[in-house]
Amino acid sequence: MATFSTNEFKSGLKALVEGDPCSIMENEVVKPGKGQAFNRVKWRNLKTGRVLERTYKSGESVEAADVMEMDMEYLYTDGEFWHFMKTDDSYEQLAADEAAITDAKNWLKEQDIYTVILWNDAPISVTPPNFVELEVAETDPGLKGDTAQGGTKPATLTSGAVVKVPLFVNIGDVLRVDTRTNEYQNRVTK
Amino acid sequence: MMTWQPSASLKMLKARAQLLASIRLFFAERQVLEVETPLLAHTTASDIHIQSWRGVNSFGSNTQTKYLQTSPEFAMKRLLCSGSGSIYQICKAFRVEENSRCHNPEFTMLEWYRLDFSLADLMQEVTQLVCQMTNQAAIPRYTYREVFQNYLDIDPHTISTDALEQMTRDHIELVGGEFQRNDFLQLLLSEVIEPHTRGSWFIYDYPEPQAALAQIAQDDLGASVARRFELFCNGMEIANGYQELADPVEQQRRFELDLAYREKHQLEVYPLDERLLAALKTGLPPCAGVALGVDRLLMLVTGATGIDQVLNFTTDIA
Repeated sequence: MATFSTNEFKSGLKALVEGDPCSIMENEVVKPGKGQAFNRVKWRNLKTGRVLERTYKSGESVEAADVMEMDMEYLYTDGEFWHFMKTDDSYEQLAADEAAITDAKNWLKEQDIYTVILWNDAPISVTPPNFVELEVAETDPGLKGDTAQGGTKPATLTSGAVVKVPLFVNIGDVLRVDTRTNEYQNRVTK
Repeated sequence: MMTWQPSASLKMLKARAQLLASIRLFFAERQVLEVETPLLAHTTASDIHIQSWRGVNSFGSNTQTKYLQTSPEFAMKRLLCSGSGSIYQICKAFRVEENSRCHNPEFTMLEWYRLDFSLADLMQEVTQLVCQMTNQAAIPRYTYREVFQNYLDIDPHTISTDALEQMTRDHIELVGGEFQRNDFLQLLLSEVIEPHTRGSWFIYDYPEPQAALAQIAQDDLGASVARRFELFCNGMEIANGYQELADPVEQQRRFELDLAYREKHQLEVYPLDERLLAALKTGLPPCAGVALGVDRLLMLVTGATGIDQVLNFTTDIA
């Protein structure tokens, strides 16, 4: 099994911490003039997104994690798993479970491309593109005369996400939305 | 495109020149003699936590191994034994270590020795120098015990190693094993206590196992302490000073302990510095000595946040 010694630590390095794949966010060397050197490391758990801080004696090593990131096309869900297909013409399909899909769940649209993190070839996290275009499935009727005024109302998109939209938006409109902030950007078609 | 430009600004180069001139003036006013000693020598510091750069020259059939000095301490002590009187040196020092915000494998060190100075006298002189360069008024001093009592309510000299380990693990998520008593003390100091401190402060009277090349003495409460101080400014170690160990037998014992540890842990084993031991046998005059990181002092003077800003070429672009 490949390992990394503390002198190879740097941002982005992926290794196992207490059994979970993690990526280094920050690595700081603590080295007194006299005395043992330590590495103070901030890890991001790639499964849960949680941040953990660990201190290592310099010279210690950690086990490498077989983690990679790839673009995949979303196909469908069977209610238990969400199925994605590789975009490298291999047509290979992989299934993500509830734990991996979490944040992306309300932003899924068939045939769109998502960033999937694989650990030992299984999806552990799915990130939607920064901007997606989705249709409005449900919202209160727009109020005449209120167009371009400041008011907003909630709208439920076909993917399940609920975003605040201007009052002129109607069911069937396709909206461009920032998935990082949940913010409405503009109407794509009428 | 190949980057060739220095990492420090021209303004910083001028600030460095100014600082070096001020340091030389400081010692000229005090009649301390400036000296130069070899950077390349047949052996080097045995300290188990400091690794030396080795140079091997195999010109012709004659292979020579020399080491770049991690500090000019041994050669300067030989000068002291030869009757030089108080001396100082500004030189490069080399250590095999990782780059960090305040580390570079090659750095500038100011080291000086004062005959008949007590540790307190030397702390006073360091204060004068640092305050003059950085426009501070005074620097408070605390014993190692006071620091631990104030922040963690423990006596670092008497607490059991088990209790110390528990306290450390309560504060810090440690990975791996083989931690020693000194590691716990050092981690508590650097990770738990230091983040709460601001400005500059001295810590003195270190635990005996952290003596390095300092004399051991009994403190007021009967604990065996090393007559050693460190100056910290803004969380950075700036200077490390000793009431210098003069006993050649004790010196040889500490060397041999280090070298045995090195052998056991597959670290490079350097030749014993017989020339230093011979000099000490002739007699080191009573003195206190200190090493001060000039690059870090320049960071303080200029407000630089990384050592790369004060070095024209850090080792990775040298």
